[in-house]
Amino acid sequence: MSKKAAPTAEPKASCAGLSAAAPINASLTKEEKIELHRKMVRIRRFEERSLRAYLSKKIGGFLHLYIGQEAVAVGCCTLMGKDDHVITAYRDHGHAMAVGMDTKALMAELYGKITGCSKGKGGSMHYFAPSLNYWGGHGIVGGQIPLGTGLAYALKYKKLKGAAMAFMGDGAVNQGAVHEAYNLAALWNLPVIFVIENNGYSMGTSQERSSAGPGLAKRAEAYGMNWGTCFGHDVYEVRATMDKFLTLAREKNQPSVVEIDTYRYRGHSVADPDQTYRTREEIEEYRNTKDPIQLFQKTLLAEGVLTEALIEQIDTEAKAEADLAADFAEASPFPTTDDIQKDVYWETDNPEKRTSKGRIFFD
Amino acid sequence: MAVISYREAIRAALAEELTRDENVVLMGEEVANFHGAYKVSEGLLEKFGPDRIVDTPISEAGFIGMGVGASMLGVRPVMELMFWSFYSVAFDQILNNAANVRYMSGGLINCPIVIRGPANGGTNVGATHSHTPENVLANHPGVKVIVPATAADAKGLLKSAIRDNDPCFFLENTILYGEKGEVSDDPELLIPLGVADVKRQGTDLTIVTYGRCVLHSLVAADILEKEHDVSVEVIDLRTIRPLDIDTVLASVKKTHRVLIVEEQKPFASVGSQLAYMIQREAFDELDGPIHRLATIDAPAIYSPPVEVEQLPNPQRVLKAALAAVE
Ligand SMILES: Cc1ncc(C[n+]2csc(CCOP(=O)(O)OP(=O)(O)O)c2C)c(N)n1
Repeated sequence: MSKKAAPTAEPKASCAGLSAAAPINASLTKEEKIELHRKMVRIRRFEERSLRAYLSKKIGGFLHLYIGQEAVAVGCCTLMGKDDHVITAYRDHGHAMAVGMDTKALMAELYGKITGCSKGKGGSMHYFAPSLNYWGGHGIVGGQIPLGTGLAYALKYKKLKGAAMAFMGDGAVNQGAVHEAYNLAALWNLPVIFVIENNGYSMGTSQERSSAGPGLAKRAEAYGMNWGTCFGHDVYEVRATMDKFLTLAREKNQPSVVEIDTYRYRGHSVADPDQTYRTREEIEEYRNTKDPIQLFQKTLLAEGVLTEALIEQIDTEAKAEADLAADFAEASPFPTTDDIQKDVYWETDNPEKRTSKGRIFFD
Repeated sequence: MAVISYREAIRAALAEELTRDENVVLMGEEVANFHGAYKVSEGLLEKFGPDRIVDTPISEAGFIGMGVGASMLGVRPVMELMFWSFYSVAFDQILNNAANVRYMSGGLINCPIVIRGPANGGTNVGATHSHTPENVLANHPGVKVIVPATAADAKGLLKSAIRDNDPCFFLENTILYGEKGEVSDDPELLIPLGVADVKRQGTDLTIVTYGRCVLHSLVAADILEKEHDVSVEVIDLRTIRPLDIDTVLASVKKTHRVLIVEEQKPFASVGSQLAYMIQREAFDELDGPIHRLATIDAPAIYSPPVEVEQLPNPQRVLKAALAAVE
């Protein structure tokens, strides 16, 4: 039984202790601070509601819950300007909500309904919202990282502003495609930040059993890239850290690798909840001492931004929102068999503009 | 109209489309300074500069995936694989990402990428460099698969592929790069995808084929006509997906006999699908079983004289055609 290893390398850009004072946080209004808290609570309540739906067999396939990691997605995605972009892996509910996707469409997607964000074609692992610069949840471990590099390439080629954040887990860092993407990003100075959400485990394999070397982000040094680590349970610290790297990307086209220390309380997926690879004590310790929502709540109470009553209200609203989303999903229709062959080709979806002939689908 | 090679026709298509749309970029290993392993991109770096003609590191998964990501955000990348055989290295990006992203996003994301490069055997480079991936690629809804046999088709089809909003896989036959033909220099002359071309009219036998096998079939058809009094119609599919099965069926209704010729391994090939569709949709028109000639079912042999025999060649087509009309 292994214990979750803390990031082993010395952070090159640590913000510990300075996070609240960092300008990116100091400049937040009271409302914006409350909004950070609200976003994390909404993600958690949404996922708890989806878990219930899953257990009552309303949701199929995998359901990878993000519970415990909320400060990462919220910290990073609330830094997005209108020109910045995000892509992530299959544990994507947190990022999707953090960029502002509608919970009704997200829940309906889990239910496989036509009203889902991907019309019931993507499922839990494949949320997309290009209109919010959110390029998806992707099911192949590490496969989204070259795509994120491509987003950054497109920004640079088209002389657009902004940067791309490409999220992955600690298990993904050992995929070849990730290293190829690092090389391309560094070689061509692309405005991309590779964000490793180190929750300690890839399914049942601890990070120390899967990754050689002195630290996941430190591998960036081999490519001459910036890197940093941060304590990902504190949303302020995530923001303070990421802000630096985003500025380097946006203003200097410098790519970076950032390893964010975080933790998930649930199993790898709901279908695979077995937790024999880590101790109950370890989970409890994180829950009790490093829960991102609790920590931030404490901070905001101390700052006088939140009150117990407001906390209660936000929580009640988040639960109600999740219930409403579930009701919406429940009441929505499934796609029909006629929908199966829609959204496969641009061309068949735009028949009036069709340029090719011939048969496209086969039986 | 000028007589130019298949290689020059592809280059002309690239140059015209790079000129027409500044979102088009050409990327791949050695495409810029070295002008491509098969010299397809000669002169393009000089003309369009290093921002548009881009040498990538040897990292197929990385750069193909990067092209897919860039296409999602409005770049129209043409990615050269030095050999299509290396598609296996980028398989995840090609199939999981390029082919699927539109579907999984419920139609929210387009992926207008072209992946192109030399494919097929016949150059004595052994099993790792002689793949014919059209059946594997075409098995995935969401993509288009194009296999030109002539210089004119190569140009017109590539231009269509670059303007297409879906991922297009363009398979150039290495051996055809030097083949010459008349090619229009009208920059708006496009050949629509999914339209087969009747390369030779005939009445006794339909040969359905594509790629280099079109050339073998035309040679065999001439011999059949002169020496055996058999009139052969040769249909060049030009694209595998979309598939112009209607042109095939019309020909079957005329000749009543079919031979499929493909430079593919026979198991679960493009020909297998064609044979199924022809028997289903024109069974009553057939005067005999559907015949097929494919590559002999083994990895590509190196030995030069034997590789010629492993692949379809005019003599093998002739023999198969005689069996089909017997
Ligand atoms: C290429 C590939 N291999 C294996 C899997 C199966 N798989 C899904 S998630 C996962 C673990 C990945 O862990 P990590 O990257 O640390 O992300 P986390 O689940 O911790 O968020 C595995 C092995 C997959 N989806 N893709």
